Amino acid sequence: MRNALTIARREIGAALASPVAYVLFGAFAFLYGYFFADYLQSFVEAGMRMSQMGGFSGGTLNVNTDLLRWLMASTAVLVLFLLPLLSMRTVSEEIRSGTMELLLTAPITDGQIVLGKFLAAFALYGGMLALTGLHVGVLFWFSQPEIAPVLAAYLGLLLLGAGLLALGLFFSSLTRNQIVAGLLTFGALLVLWLVEFAGARGGELGRVLAYLSVTGHMEGFARGVITTRDLVFYLSFAAFWLFLARESVRSRRWRG
Amino acid sequence: MQPLVQVDGVSKRYGKTLAVADLSFGVAKGEVLGFLGPNGAGKTTTMRVITGFMPPSEGRVLVGGLDIAEAPVEVRRRIGYLPENPPLYPEMEVTAFLEFTARLRGVPKGGIRPAVARAIERCALGEARKHIIGKLSRGYRQRVGLAQALVHEPELLVLDEPTAGLDPKQIHETRKLIRTLAGERTVVLSTHILPEVAVTCDRVVIIAGGRLRAEDTPESLVARLGAAQRGRGTWEIETEAPADAAEAALRAVPGVARVEAGPETVERTQVLQVEAAGDRAVATDLARALLEAGCPLYGLRRGGASLEDVFLALTTEEAEANGTGDAAGTPEVAEEGS
Ligand SMILES: Nc1ncnc2c1ncn2[C@@H]1O[C@H](COP(=O)(O)OP(=O)(O)OP(=O)(O)O)[C@@H](O)[C@H]1O
Ligand SMILES: [Mg+2]
Repeated sequence: MRNALTIARREIGAALASPVAYVLFGAFAFLYGYFFADYLQSFVEAGMRMSQMGGFSGGTLNVNTDLLRWLMASTAVLVLFLLPLLSMRTVSEEIRSGTMELLLTAPITDGQIVLGKFLAAFALYGGMLALTGLHVGVLFWFSQPEIAPVLAAYLGLLLLGAGLLALGLFFSSLTRNQIVAGLLTFGALLVLWLVEFAGARGGELGRVLAYLSVTGHMEGFARGVITTRDLVFYLSFAAFWLFLARESVRSRRWRG
Repeated sequence: MQPLVQVDGVSKRYGKTLAVADLSFGVAKGEVLGFLGPNGAGKTTTMRVITGFMPPSEGRVLVGGLDIAEAPVEVRRRIGYLPENPPLYPEMEVTAFLEFTARLRGVPKGGIRPAVARAIERCALGEARKHIIGKLSRGYRQRVGLAQALVHEPELLVLDEPTAGLDPKQIHETRKLIRTLAGERTVVLSTHILPEVAVTCDRVVIIAGGRLRAEDTPESLVARLGAAQRGRGTWEIETEAPADAAEAALRAVPGVARVEAGPETVERTQVLQVEAAGDRAVATDLARALLEAGCPLYGLRRGGASLEDVFLALTTEEAEANGTGDAAGTPEVAEEGS
């Protein structure tokens, strides 16, 4: 673990020393802010319409189910498109610059290298999500949402991110070119996102496809419902790609 | 004595390219072993196998009695490695980078600062301590590379062209450093620079085309080739430039096989390399011929076989290698023509 943390620490330092992290954080803050403002406006408008009707429709608006839920689901899609930028350079850059030779001749295992890289990317992602705490905090300031569903949604986002970063790490380990790694990751995620729509057509195949949808498993979390099915999906998804990343690093030794 | 490193029938293939073919040699504890060979000989590949960067296609490597394939982490802990291109993170400060590598190599927490300070001192990096690596000159980067290989005080140092890119003063310092390490540590270094081998190494392994060509001390390699050339001595004659007349005169001396003019020196003299049959008496004939032709004689000395000659003889094309190699009676000149 010490070895993995040593690598993670350097990795985070390098990310914070490069503009990529700040551009990414900035893009995320901007897009998230846009979503937030948009959803908030719809929410307020709907609330006003409802009060004009004098409660005639019999329904009431709830910050949890009518605002946060949709916001969190949209954040998942945002994350899906932004995280390849965070994972693409992790291993590729080491291969390109030759520092992989330093890591692969150090007294550490291939698994520790991969784990260190993963922890660093995950910590940066955690920092990125923390930015949204500001917006959500505002909601808590002006209204009284339930906290539990919000926490569940954040857990979901963290798990989703872990899976996406693990996948991105694997593609990053395939090539010395970080742009290629980013595009491969992006392509793979696009496929895993689109299967959700393919899965909606039903049937046996549809059920399998729906299960594979990375964002599909976010819905429960966004509603504040934690199921074993979703938990197991994300954890095994992350573990699967981390395992492949380790095998990829190992096979790199053979190719030199 | 049990050697510290035992390379045992190692071959390495990259796809179809056979980079190293059935290589075997040992490195004794405390020894400085020079790894000599032309470009593409397989030096870097062999070092990458020894350091556990890549597994061999065939054969095995033992370090301190441990098989790298079986105890990779344990073996790598004992090794400090300077790859051909120093592996550096450009955005880091020199000190931070060395602290990182020390931690990575398992130096205990309290020992990191002193270890880094020692490495900085040894590699004369004091001035650049707080500099960003990406902004350092080539030579300083090479020194940082050397420092990261030393920082954890490894038993075995593997240095791939350690003096590449250094200025003459630093080359001298680095060789001195390697010599001071000898004895307590074991060093394997690769180089193209022949004098480097003579100055720093206790033993030389010459490889070409991925195969072992010779393995001996620098002195006895030279002696062996010298013996091969006995009765066919070379002489160096210094005369006034241009030396066309002198050349013609020397060619006319009986027994002279070849005369080759070297470059003109700044003092407007020229050195002629003369290859002549016969014993040392031929020197008198050469001098007399020169003086009779009215050419001044500034110097005449016997040219010995240099390490350069050995190297060329052992690594150039087979036909030539067979000529000098066989005559030299070198038992270790194995694998030729196979
Ligand atoms: N990663 C690789 N993939 C394919 N072929 C390689 C690879 N690395 C080296 N080779 C080939 O293996 C052979 C030996 O290369 P190596 O780098 O070991 O030589 P070297 O002795 O270190 O040469 P130099 O003096 O130029 O550093 C060469 O023919 C080279 O083209
Ligand atoms: Mg090389």
